[in-house]
Amino acid sequence: MAGLELLSDQGYRVDGRRAGELRKIQARMGVFAQADGSAYIEQGNTKALAVVYGPHEIRGSRARALPDRALVNCQYSSATFSTGERKRRPHGDRKSCEMGLQLRQTFEAAILTQLHPRSQIDIYVLQADGGTYAACVNAATLAVLDAGIPMRDFVCACSAGFVDGTALADLSHVEEAAGGPQLALALLPASGQIALLEMDARLHEDHLERVLEAAAQAARDVHTLLDRVVRQHVREASILLGD
Amino acid sequence: MASVTLSEAEKVYIVHGVQEDLRVDGRGCEDYRCVEVETDVVSNTSGSARVKLGHTDILVGVKAEMGTPKLEKPNEGYLEFFVDCATPEFEGRGGDDLGTEIANTLYRIFNNKSSVDLKTLCISPREHCWVLYVDVLLLECGGNLFDAISIAVKAALFNTRIPRVRVLEDEEGSKDIELSDDPYDCIRLSVENVPCIVTLCKIGYRHVVDATLQEEACSLASLLVSVTSKGVVTCMRKVGKGSLDPESIFEMMETGKRVGKVLHASLQSVVHKEESLGPKRQKVGFLG
Repeated sequence: MAGLELLSDQGYRVDGRRAGELRKIQARMGVFAQADGSAYIEQGNTKALAVVYGPHEIRGSRARALPDRALVNCQYSSATFSTGERKRRPHGDRKSCEMGLQLRQTFEAAILTQLHPRSQIDIYVLQADGGTYAACVNAATLAVLDAGIPMRDFVCACSAGFVDGTALADLSHVEEAAGGPQLALALLPASGQIALLEMDARLHEDHLERVLEAAAQAARDVHTLLDRVVRQHVREASILLGD
Repeated sequence: MASVTLSEAEKVYIVHGVQEDLRVDGRGCEDYRCVEVETDVVSNTSGSARVKLGHTDILVGVKAEMGTPKLEKPNEGYLEFFVDCATPEFEGRGGDDLGTEIANTLYRIFNNKSSVDLKTLCISPREHCWVLYVDVLLLECGGNLFDAISIAVKAALFNTRIPRVRVLEDEEGSKDIELSDDPYDCIRLSVENVPCIVTLCKIGYRHVVDATLQEEACSLASLLVSVTSKGVVTCMRKVGKGSLDPESIFEMMETGKRVGKVLHASLQSVVHKEESLGPKRQKVGFLG
């Protein structure tokens, strides 16, 4: 099949990375002053903004309130200019709803919802380029930490693929569009527990463990980075407070 | 707009302060908050800009796509506006109303011959033209949305780079569009006459420019004036539940023109300075 070679003979990918290498990650917490918590992350060309409000009174129908836990509400919206071709609807379409549900599932596993009964936590993610789910989860983790909502552990996510017998970590848009198997993994690093696992396309089960391990290692690397960002932010905040 | 709850005492405090030309944050009635403008923040658009006006945060992306010209204007391209409110005060469908209102206002202010020279967007009459999709993303609402959005739209249009195309006609008469090989060969729009909106809120007997959410909660009526850099008014609209005296409208319009000219001058100098730093400039975006 003619086309781009996703993995060259020397082991280099299309953008020059090695198989297990992540894209450059830069992140910042506390981007918006009015939100309870907010964060921005750049993973290569993918940019995600997460905004967290809560815990607050349930808006809308009181009937949805859970007596013993908080309700985590996630909305994903993707800017119309984010993809190569202009998207018409920023939110409300199937992909955004599905992504919102996935994020909700991921964060319900991590946030200690028992501490805030009858309240609602909103996570809004605005995403601006290919490589979506992982960047959204990482941004949302930072935003939830910025809001001071207690979590069991960081939630770090990464995607992985499989080409020519090698597992690739952190797929870019070009690699995703090539149509090979893609695995999205959200991990709680301290315990090694998986919050969300999703795989597209066909993959032989013999290879699954390798791909899973590549994704898990990449997620742990992301955790190191996010940890550093959080500590830096706390250090800056305590300097400003004059501690 | 997003609402904020204020007690009566706070409202009285704000109103009395404005009468003395002293607002809560120490500004005068005609002062803007600190505005941060940065262009070229989103890489896969033709042009983009981010504006931070106090707590209001706006991101505008312009994408140039090829389309067919409208029937009544076969020699011109056109602009399409879309506003998306991404703040959770507008959860789900709620933001659509505000988004449509802002988009319609943007259509109105650009709906005249002089704002943007649409003839430069034409590729071949009646067949191909450039359509500029201007998408506004409202990230945080901290009062004075219209002004921030119009500043961001002007900066994004200034930053827009449309690839140069040539129309090749062969013997049978079928036309082929050829994109120039050099990715830096592009046409820029002239934004000399692009207007900016100045919102004047009537609080008590005086009016203020660039109201915060709290000040907007105290004002009954506002006037949106769309002013170009030369002080020409292209569009005017009254918003709000209250009513305005005709004399106040004239006063507010004069203030709007005065403030608008200063706003344009500073915006022009900032975007030109940014452009002069060239492609090696450090892009800050949301990381700064």
